[in-house]
Amino acid sequence: MINLVGEPSPILPVGERGGPAQPLISVRGLLKHFPVKGSGFLKPKKVVHAVDGVDFDILKGETLGVVGESGCGKSTTARLLMQLITPDRGEILFDGESAGETLPLSEYRRQVQMVFQDSYASLNPRLTIEESIAFAPRVHGVPAAKAIARAHDLLHRVGLEPVRFAGRYPHELSGGQRQRVNIARALALEPRLVILDEAVSALDKSVEAQVLNLLLDLKRDFGLTYLFISHDLNVVRFMCERVMVMYLGKVAEIGERDAIFEKTRHPYSSALLASMPKMNPGERTLEPPLSGDPPNPIDPPAGCRFHTRCSFAEDVCRQTLPPLSRISGAQSAACLMAMTNSGHSRAPVQMEA
Amino acid sequence: MKDPMIDIRNLSVTFNRGRKPVKAVNGVSLSVNSGEVVALLGESGSGKSVTMRSLLRLHPKGTSIEGSMRVAGNDVTELSARELADYRGATVSMVFQEPRLALDPVYTLGQQIEEAIMRHENVSRREAALRALGLFEKVRIPSPERRLMNYPHEMSGGMLQRSMIAMAIACNPKVLLADEPTTALDATVQIQILLLIRELQKEYGLSVIFVTHDIGVAAEVADRIAVMYAGRIVEEGKVADVIQNPKHPYTRGLLGARVELAHGRDRLITIPGAPPDLAALPPGCAFAPRCAEAAAQCITDVPRLTAIDDTASVACVRYA
Repeated sequence: MINLVGEPSPILPVGERGGPAQPLISVRGLLKHFPVKGSGFLKPKKVVHAVDGVDFDILKGETLGVVGESGCGKSTTARLLMQLITPDRGEILFDGESAGETLPLSEYRRQVQMVFQDSYASLNPRLTIEESIAFAPRVHGVPAAKAIARAHDLLHRVGLEPVRFAGRYPHELSGGQRQRVNIARALALEPRLVILDEAVSALDKSVEAQVLNLLLDLKRDFGLTYLFISHDLNVVRFMCERVMVMYLGKVAEIGERDAIFEKTRHPYSSALLASMPKMNPGERTLEPPLSGDPPNPIDPPAGCRFHTRCSFAEDVCRQTLPPLSRISGAQSAACLMAMTNSGHSRAPVQMEA
Repeated sequence: MKDPMIDIRNLSVTFNRGRKPVKAVNGVSLSVNSGEVVALLGESGSGKSVTMRSLLRLHPKGTSIEGSMRVAGNDVTELSARELADYRGATVSMVFQEPRLALDPVYTLGQQIEEAIMRHENVSRREAALRALGLFEKVRIPSPERRLMNYPHEMSGGMLQRSMIAMAIACNPKVLLADEPTTALDATVQIQILLLIRELQKEYGLSVIFVTHDIGVAAEVADRIAVMYAGRIVEEGKVADVIQNPKHPYTRGLLGARVELAHGRDRLITIPGAPPDLAALPPGCAFAPRCAEAAAQCITDVPRLTAIDDTASVACVRYA
């Protein structure tokens, strides 16, 4: 018997195009330099190298963690992805389509939403929380009554009883409750990617744990993909399948969680891991893993960005900028020690056959 | 036995601003020995910073303070305005969370440190400048001569926090109060500052009260931990004992909610609910509404902080 109908096609999420294997976001050569105020007139022109040529993918359904010190370009990357600021160079592909070109910006912004660190500053103080949540759907053409009904559903979903909370203003809520409102608002347009920029960092530990659980539940129920930016490595380890480590506007290392946390190949990642306070008073840290502050991104060091603080730095590191290169299927690092025949004394050497 | 360096007895602090008075600290007793580091651990609004600021009487006018505080033989509640100015900086000094807000933006760091030294000791500006240079070397600021001439906006967060510490130890105080000094810093800089504080504490034999919300930070620096909740100390003990064998349900919940423990699990164990409103505290144990083990007695009576052995005490009916 011939099956004319064929297998019923699996139900795809809204907007799904390229299939599960295609990355949701593909970033290539992303670059953003900010001019420094007061330079340029009778003085040499200076720029902050905030994001300096970054390549990465966000796979469908994963949580990609981004870690690094302040000034490493984590938040600028997030704002570039959101198209809140325009990149100087580079391209962002969303499910195979170029944002702002083949995919209209209004459609792109519906599918990519963001939650910020400061829960109070990111809500309009003169709107009740149901109005805040219903605002974006109404802009996108959803009738008022339907938008409010959806706002109530979402409030219920993030654990705030709409009967008690819907009519309140942001100042009447605690920090944890406000961040739940921000999450509900981000979900109001049924996005596929949610960017969480230090979204739980300002919360107390016991509240943070509740919000992290909520984020995990929402991801499962709505089929979301997260970009999770945090300075807390323990939280990143718990939340993320893959991790990207940034240093001074560049990707130092990117890979699967266990590869990064257990077999890191970049000395900066290992220093970052060793800087976390130890929970056992018997095993206190004796030497700081890194000395000094991160260098100024206005004038980043030549060669490898990290060579000024790296204990393995050699002459070759001062001259050669290591490209991000694949070490295994699970991990890529930008370090000369991980590259074959790079000229570093600790690099693996491969003989010509 | 020797008198403790800091002895707080039954301290209560009430802020009389706004419609309802807010009781931020509610009967706290704490003593710190000479050369000891005690971490006050708690979430926002637990009263940890307010307790510490009481030791310098840094509260706004109209705040009522009850109870007694003795620091290095001074009765802090009885000091006159002049005595208070002599006492601040020379006996007890403080490192704040935000060095950018705590330092004066229109004077160089050198001027600010010299001013502090000259206020307390009868020395010339030249000598004070030399002392400031020595302090900058001590806290390991690179090229100290040049850095002393910098204004606060010209320095990074980590460097500023080192300068704050230099200023705090400028007049050889006996007690250092640290109010979340590393919270605003990156992890790589945080560990440097923690190690610096630990090193200076040993060298100068300082008594330190270290306020933090991060258990890991407390584990790195403290000898003892006092856990605060809603204006009261709920548990106190040696750092290793509190971390490895917490007694109070709140401490157990806080340690159990740590993400480090959840590796390989898909959910975190959490404490339900949120901390109480300090303007409307429940009549019994403040943690009872969130506590899985609360009994009828917990709703009506406030449990007293009771010693369970030589070093540890807990405020919970299960240990009374």
